[in-house]
Formats: sequence, C-alpha cells, structure tokens
Amino acid sequence: MSDMNSEAKQSSMEVFFNGLVKENPTFVLALGMCPTLAVTTSAINGLGMGLTTTAVLVLSNAIISLLRHIIPNRVRIPAFIVIVASFVTMVELLLEGFIPSLYSALGLYIPLIVVNCIILGRAESFASKNPVIPSIFDGLGMGLGFTVALTAIGAVRELLGAGEIFGVPVFNKVLGGISSLLGRSEPIEYVPISIFVLAPGAFFVLAALTALQNRVKRKMQEKGQNVDKIQSGCSSDCANCSDSGCARRFVDVDGAPGSVADAKKS
Amino acid sequence: MLDVVKDLLILMISSSLVSNVVLSQFLGLCPFLGVSKKVDTAAGMGGAVIFVITIASGVAAVIYKVILEPCDITYLRTIVFILVIAALVQFVEMFLKKYVPSLYQALGVYLPLITTNCAVLGIALTNVQKNYGIGFSIASGLFTAVGFMIAIVILAGIREKMEYNDIPESFKGMPIVLITAGLMAIAFCGFSGLL
Repeated sequence: MSDMNSEAKQSSMEVFFNGLVKENPTFVLALGMCPTLAVTTSAINGLGMGLTTTAVLVLSNAIISLLRHIIPNRVRIPAFIVIVASFVTMVELLLEGFIPSLYSALGLYIPLIVVNCIILGRAESFASKNPVIPSIFDGLGMGLGFTVALTAIGAVRELLGAGEIFGVPVFNKVLGGISSLLGRSEPIEYVPISIFVLAPGAFFVLAALTALQNRVKRKMQEKGQNVDKIQSGCSSDCANCSDSGCARRFVDVDGAPGSVADAKKS
Repeated sequence: MLDVVKDLLILMISSSLVSNVVLSQFLGLCPFLGVSKKVDTAAGMGGAVIFVITIASGVAAVIYKVILEPCDITYLRTIVFILVIAALVQFVEMFLKKYVPSLYQALGVYLPLITTNCAVLGIALTNVQKNYGIGFSIASGLFTAVGFMIAIVILAGIREKMEYNDIPESFKGMPIVLITAGLMAIAFCGFSGLL
C-alpha cells in the first residue's frame, strides 16, 4: 500500500512516462497479448489498434476514477466491465462510421478490447485508487506505450513480410538506389518473407523481442540492479500472474512456488 | 439433410483445424501459454474450455436471436455478451459444485480462469458476424473449443519434452514457448489444403 501512496504523489508527467517507458504494457508488463499478436500485420494496423485502445483506456480510467467512491467494492469488476464495454461500443460505432478501412482491418479485435488485460488491469490497480487527472495521464501513458509497442512490432513484421513500412517499399527503394549506383540495368528486388505477416511470424517476432528483454534484464541483474520493480506484470504467464487486476482471475494451477501467493506478499 | 451434414463437417474442419482459435486467430493466448506446462493440466483446461464455450455460444446465440434482434438493439451485443458470459461461468461453477461434484473436481480449478478468456467472447461475436443459427452457433463453439484443446495438449506435450533440453539462457521461459507455438502454427497452416 505504501507503494500506492507514493504513486499517488507522483506528478502527472511522471505517471505518463511511467506508462510509456518504465512500465510499458507490452514489452515490460506483457499485458494484452491477443491484440498484440493478431493485428500487428502492418505498422498502420498496429497504430490504429493502439490509438483505439488508448481512447478507451483514457475514457474508462477517467470515469472509473470519478466513480471510485460510489462503486461498491464487491461489485467493482462487473461495474468496470460495463463501463469499459460501453466505451468500446461507442468507439466501435465511431470507427465503423468514420474510418471504415480501419474498422474492417481490425474487425473482431475491436469488441475484444473489452477483455484486454491492460484496461481492466489499469482500472483495478490505478484508476480505482487515484484522482481523475493522474488516472487520465496513466491511461494516456499506458495507451501510448501500447501504441508504440504495437506500431514497432507491426513495422518489423511489415518490413520483413512485405518489405514496406506504412506502405512505403523501403527495401526496394534502397536496393534500387544501390543497383543504380552499381550501374545495373535491372534493379535488385527484395523478396518478402511472407511468413512474417502470417500467423506464425507473430509468434516468432514476439519470441525474439521477449528474448531480447530477458537478456537486458539478466544483464541488469548481473550488474546488481534491482529489476523486481519492472517485473510487476503478468509476464504473459497467466497461471503465475501477480498483477492485482489479474490475480483475482487466475489461480495457480500448476502449484508452482513463487507465484500468486508470494507475489501478493510483496 | 445431407447438406446440413456437409456444412457441419466443413465447419468442424475449418474451425478446429484450419483457422485454429489460438494458432491462427490468437484468441485465448493467456491460458494457452500459461496453463500448458503439463499434459494433464492442459487437458483439464481444454475440457473446461470446451464445456464453457459450447454453453456460452449457445446462450449468446439464443439471447441474440430472441432478445437483441427483435428489439433492434444488436449494437449492445458486446456489453450483453460479456456480462452474460461472466454470469454464466459463475453459475456453471455453482451448479457443478452442488449437483455434479465429480465434474467440478475435474474442471473446478479451471473455470474461474476462463471467465474473461477472450476466446469465449470472440467466438460468440464471430457466430453473430457469420449469422449462424442457434444450432450452428453451438456446433461452431464446440468445434472451435476442440481446436483449442488439440493445440494446448500438443503444446503441453512438447513443453514436457523440452524440460530436459539445453535452451539458450535468454530464450528460457516464454520465448521458447512462443517459438514452439509459431512452429505449430506453421504446421497448422498445412491443414488449409483440406478445404
């Protein structure tokens, strides 16, 4: 709880950058894996999904924070779900009306924002305990952190899988420049590794990114830095989840030590 | 009659193998990655998912056809479905505990895990999108959940073997599981030739 109090005293900017960098929901907390893998076939889809989630997150954080003294503790989860689902429905209708191309690209994953761990997790662990302004900044920071991560993953997959970023054929332009420098009449063409825009590519890119993150964490540990603080997420291991927003839902089925019970102590 | 059987067969192959719920639609990744350390827990989870998804897609389809469509409030489907599913899982848990304790013993631990599993909501919404009737919605839910069970049991089997392998330090834990899942996804791509 002392941690919570110090969090409440943070300035809005600190809360904002905490979500964007230090506790990035995708790379550090590993929350919301389903949309992360499903919609990142291109950078623009990742960006769209990220911004949609940000909008829902900011609005739901604001409303939940406003109602935090009114909602009875016992029914808070259903109440949060109704609030989030209302905003998701609104955003879905707005997208369908004004950006139909994004609506059809994201499809099923827009309504599924309701069950995104990030939103309920932030509602439970931040918005329900903090005033409105910090909650809005928390939503903005977390949402933009999610957006940056999705856009980055989307860009990697699009670059390898189609040779483009945001629809710009980067590889072919560079290769075209090189071949004209070399004086070749036929420009060299990039052959896209199309598996990266298909389903398996999503798993591989995320595996590589998580391995990279593990490596950084290990190096930091070797240097004697305390990394416990940034391991606060569910690290996509739901059975051993320690996030207060998730611990309620996930029991430790494998009976492994050092999971929910231990996490609650700390 | 023959047409219905043919449609059901196609639905079975497409929703359990070709567009596998985890490996090609990325729904239900949390339990897929989290509860796949041992084959028996994975099988238990798969059983619970089959049970819940079949019932939930039936109930969601009935509510959609009987209440939402006649009242012309289909835009409320996301809110209605998520609440119905959350309530339903609670209810199923209580019912099993009281009346079928043996089944509760087998599935009980896994039921709370599924409450907010995105696969349950995802399948209910897909059924509505594809405009399935009530019977087909139930069948689609059942077959999709069977696909989930196939995937999670295979992954658990591979992970049990992998326990004794020498994995690079940084790839231990989640990364190697994700790579395994990616290879499985490639294998499942092969089923697309079936249709």
